[in-house]
Amino acid sequence: MPKDGGIGASTTRREDVRFLTGKGKYTADINTFGQAAATFVRSTVANGVIKSIDTSAAAEMPGVLAIFTGEDFVDVGGNPAGWLINSRDGEPMKEPKRPVLAHGKVRHVGDAYAAVIAETEQQARDAAEEIIADIEELPAIIDMAAALAGDAYVHDEIGTNQCFDWGWIEDNRAATDEAIKNAPHVTTLELINNRLVPNAMEPRASIGTYDAAGDSYLLQTTSQNPHLTRLLISAFVMGIPENKLTVIAPDVGGGFGSKIYHYGEEALVLAAAKKVGRPVKWVADRTESFLTDAHGRDHVTKIELACEKDGTFIAFRTETLANVGAYLSNFSTATPTFLHGTLMAGNYTVPNVYVNLKAVFTNTAPVDAYRGAGRPEATYSIERVIDMAARELNIDPVEIRRKNFIKPDQFPFGTAAGLEYDSGNYDALMDKMEAIVDRKAFEERRKQSEANGKMRGLGINAYVEACGIAPSNLVGVLGSRVGLYDAATVRVNATGNLSVMVGAHSHGQGHETVFPQIVGEMLGIDPQSVDIVHGDTSKIPFGMGTYGSRSLAVCGSAVVRATEKIIAKAKKIAAHMLEASADDLEFTDGQFTVKGTDKSVSFGEVALKAYIPHEFPIEDIEPGLEETAFYDPANFTYPSGAYACEVEVDPETGKVTIERFTACDDFGNVMNPMIVSGQVQGGVVQGIGQALLENTTYDENGQLLSASYMDYVMPRADDLPFIAVDHSDGTPCTHNPLGAKGCGEGGAIGSPPTVVNAVIDALQSGGKNVTHIDMPLTPARVWAAMNNA
Amino acid sequence: MYAFEIERPSTIADAIKALSEEDAQALGGGQTLIPTLKQRLAMPATLVSLTGIGEMQGVCIGDNGEVCVGGATNHATVAAETAASYPGLSGLAGNIGDPAVRNRGTVGGSLANNDPSACYPAAALGSGATIITNTRQIAADDYFQGMFETALEEGEVITEVRFPVPEKSHYEKFVQPASRFALVGVFVAKYADGVRVAVTGASENGVYRWSEAETALSSDFSKDALDGLTVPADGMIADLHGSSDYRAHLVKVMTGRAVTAAA
Amino acid sequence: MASVTMTVNGKSVSGDVEGRTLMSDFLRNDLRLTGTHIGCDTSQCGACVIHVNGEAVKSCTMFAVEADGAEVATIEGQANTDGSLNVIQQAFQDHHGLQCGFCTPGMVMSAAALLKDNPKPSEAEVREYLEGNICRCTGYHNIVKAIMAASGQDVPAVAAE
Repeated sequence: MPKDGGIGASTTRREDVRFLTGKGKYTADINTFGQAAATFVRSTVANGVIKSIDTSAAAEMPGVLAIFTGEDFVDVGGNPAGWLINSRDGEPMKEPKRPVLAHGKVRHVGDAYAAVIAETEQQARDAAEEIIADIEELPAIIDMAAALAGDAYVHDEIGTNQCFDWGWIEDNRAATDEAIKNAPHVTTLELINNRLVPNAMEPRASIGTYDAAGDSYLLQTTSQNPHLTRLLISAFVMGIPENKLTVIAPDVGGGFGSKIYHYGEEALVLAAAKKVGRPVKWVADRTESFLTDAHGRDHVTKIELACEKDGTFIAFRTETLANVGAYLSNFSTATPTFLHGTLMAGNYTVPNVYVNLKAVFTNTAPVDAYRGAGRPEATYSIERVIDMAARELNIDPVEIRRKNFIKPDQFPFGTAAGLEYDSGNYDALMDKMEAIVDRKAFEERRKQSEANGKMRGLGINAYVEACGIAPSNLVGVLGSRVGLYDAATVRVNATGNLSVMVGAHSHGQGHETVFPQIVGEMLGIDPQSVDIVHGDTSKIPFGMGTYGSRSLAVCGSAVVRATEKIIAKAKKIAAHMLEASADDLEFTDGQFTVKGTDKSVSFGEVALKAYIPHEFPIEDIEPGLEETAFYDPANFTYPSGAYACEVEVDPETGKVTIERFTACDDFGNVMNPMIVSGQVQGGVVQGIGQALLENTTYDENGQLLSASYMDYVMPRADDLPFIAVDHSDGTPCTHNPLGAKGCGEGGAIGSPPTVVNAVIDALQSGGKNVTHIDMPLTPARVWAAMNNA
Repeated sequence: MYAFEIERPSTIADAIKALSEEDAQALGGGQTLIPTLKQRLAMPATLVSLTGIGEMQGVCIGDNGEVCVGGATNHATVAAETAASYPGLSGLAGNIGDPAVRNRGTVGGSLANNDPSACYPAAALGSGATIITNTRQIAADDYFQGMFETALEEGEVITEVRFPVPEKSHYEKFVQPASRFALVGVFVAKYADGVRVAVTGASENGVYRWSEAETALSSDFSKDALDGLTVPADGMIADLHGSSDYRAHLVKVMTGRAVTAAA
Repeated sequence: MASVTMTVNGKSVSGDVEGRTLMSDFLRNDLRLTGTHIGCDTSQCGACVIHVNGEAVKSCTMFAVEADGAEVATIEGQANTDGSLNVIQQAFQDHHGLQCGFCTPGMVMSAAALLKDNPKPSEAEVREYLEGNICRCTGYHNIVKAIMAASGQDVPAVAAE
């Protein structure tokens, strides 16, 4: 069969055609007969007591069908945290209720306390202005340290702003403290992992529909994981039986984490649809997205690296405050802990690691997983402090990393932070990166920059991350309240083409192209005869969706397992057709052949026989050819990389320009190199955005100062060069059938410290004694740092 | 947005008449006004669109050699049609916002709004332009009266702007990276009788002339002439993107670069 | 309400709109041309770029009545008459110039406007022209490549890619 379209081919994407011709179908594009519009009334203060809400005038406005307030949802459940973290003293984390609409108090700017349903969106907005809320404003709790020290609480009922105080690994604490105390050299760095707004280009949107005849609901929504959303709504929030609720995530315009979670708007449109007896549609505007999408990062960290004078690492120790915002979002407790603390050994054989992390409630939007989710924070801390230590010890930044790398023959390697890395070759990645960068040539480029009045710097970085989340048994022990398998159903149709229903959801990743490459390769058929069905809980098996770079490693593996079952059954049918024993058949290029003969049947003929089972061994084999597999991974996958960035800094303005960026990654076996390159480039640019541009700032009153594209700086084409990528010759993952490692987040994980290391290198080379600047390295901040140096 | 009517007059006279109605407001290219309306920060009863008025469109050369731009001319047109006659102005117009914004936004709209970070006010003030309205001519030095404040009366419309053409000029813009307005923008124009330096983006009072630099550059039109000058940070804008100190510093840097680049 | 008549993708269309009806809303809600997307409220993102009388404009920052009598082109009218992808669209597919697809219609319309005026843009010119189009997925790498390829130029070789 055409190898061209199989595993490893850079097949162009079939989904592109609809997107390029304006035929994509995103939630906001869906219009249903009789639909009404919802709009939300949101708090303009960060912290306040709701004294009263008067909806009487609004109810009389033209077109108004219904008005909801928090009062209407007192008797339903809250949106839960998906992960239970216990504090160091064994106490479970604090879990205040997150209601559909705010009740009693509003807790961040944008917190919705009422919703209006009207004939049109404009009418709903007109009416919303007539709702009179008496909200007594309280001082906003914004700064994390102050939140922990103060006696005013975001949630009065828990009597603290500390969600938990977590130690990882608590048993390693004493040894780590001791190692640091006795170390010949300790480098200490206090840094901020800046808060980010995910900014998928498609704002969130949801449409609720209620069918009175069947007492059933349909939710069409911007989700990365429709089954998870259904489970949360059914089991926790609304109590709608799962069999009475269908969730469809149609085309989704990017997620980056922000569309993993269930949001109150989804529950509201369902309740409203039932109340008004019509479909109810809500589409966020960009300001609502800024105010209410779960944000990312927002850690304040002190990291210490203890090492020998020769640069051998002895210990990493961190103390971090992690902002969780006003409410716990679904993964918000897992992100700073098990997706962060467990990575604090980096790529290194360092024997001692200890992480202390306190999660803090503040009057800001909830914070949760955003592309990379915890691993960028870990990598940034580790790789920045290593760079600083190398400078202090006068050791080359590449050499200090190589000295401490886990070596290829040490895998599988159990790290001091508790993970077992299955495979990798960090030196090989560094070799590749150095070959592309050519450090001798860099020195020439630096001279050229200096001649042009610019300072040039080279930053390098190594990362490893844990993704393809995740082994259910492991995460269960660690506090997860869900399993993290995925599922696929391979349905061979009678005429030989296939429908493959998957639990993963594609919102840019290219599943509609890549999964058929895998199935086509395995069955020896044209991948074009395989179609992917995703995003509709009424059609697909129960999968956990797309995040944590899991689609290929977990769901792709489920596709493999289901396809293997198809082959096994098809072989039995073929054996019957060929009057041979199944053991005597071989399956190549889509043909079952009796070994050593020219007797064969094609896969298509077998498929037809399965559905027209005349002369069929019905007592031994069921008709039909459809198989489902659930795949639960044995471990995370551990992609890794070596990155380099070259910047120019304008000494007069502090403006940083990215001149070159090189990303060498190990993603194990690569299914579609073109798509993987695209994932890396996109991720790298999000990381560049974090490093240089994106600044999410709340003022002391809890007002979000960067609440639109007028102030939140998104990377644009003219901020960037081409991004050189290399992901060839990876070390295969040892435990999934594809040998694949997740590739969705590496770029965003590896790039921020690379950029910052480069800027510091540039400043140092220009004679400025600047050792650290907090992200984003805006021109104003770089200029201020130069002036203070 | 609140509800409103839109009128599209084809003559200045009809536009003025329409604007005399209660709560009527002029609509230029709408690139600032429409986002404002979306936020429900304005509540006009009627918007009077000026873009369909032929006599307010286009670029020509006046009797005294000045570049005359119709008030409803969009930035892209100005950029294209002044490339030869007034490259400094062309460069400024061709770098406002983004290409799609430049196809809609108008010179009159920009000057009437007088956003403290907009580019056009720097060109008008830096050129000593004359703002022509339906009732009078206003010198740029009299026109700009502080952030979002101008000499325009209620219902008065900018029909044309006349830019005296300098010997050399350049606009140097340090962009606010999100909005792509000017974090600091400096327009330098060298005329036979002296140099004008107009600064936008920096001051809390909106666009202003940096007179010390004008004096220094009038006797020596080179970057070095600025060496001894300092720009005080008092009254400079401070926001997410830069402190007042930083803006004050950039004023001098951008001025020097504008002088060096002036052609 | 006002009546508007205009030509959209070669077809004459009419409708009754409010003064406040944005061009993007007229396209999406009245004409059901939902390929024009809304990604922001402040005229930055460019997902809504269309052509009015041959010029690229942000349809979310223009009222429908302002397009009365105009020639309008949207993403739905860009394919070749036989339905196949046009040169720009094909280059976006060939070079993986899109991921989630949400910004894509605006990108394609902006690219078309650029190449009309500047048939062989440099990399820097492409990047500068895209100042008003935000993409969160691609890092712009393959968008820039696609536009250069669509202009018939060799796509720049990037180390190790």
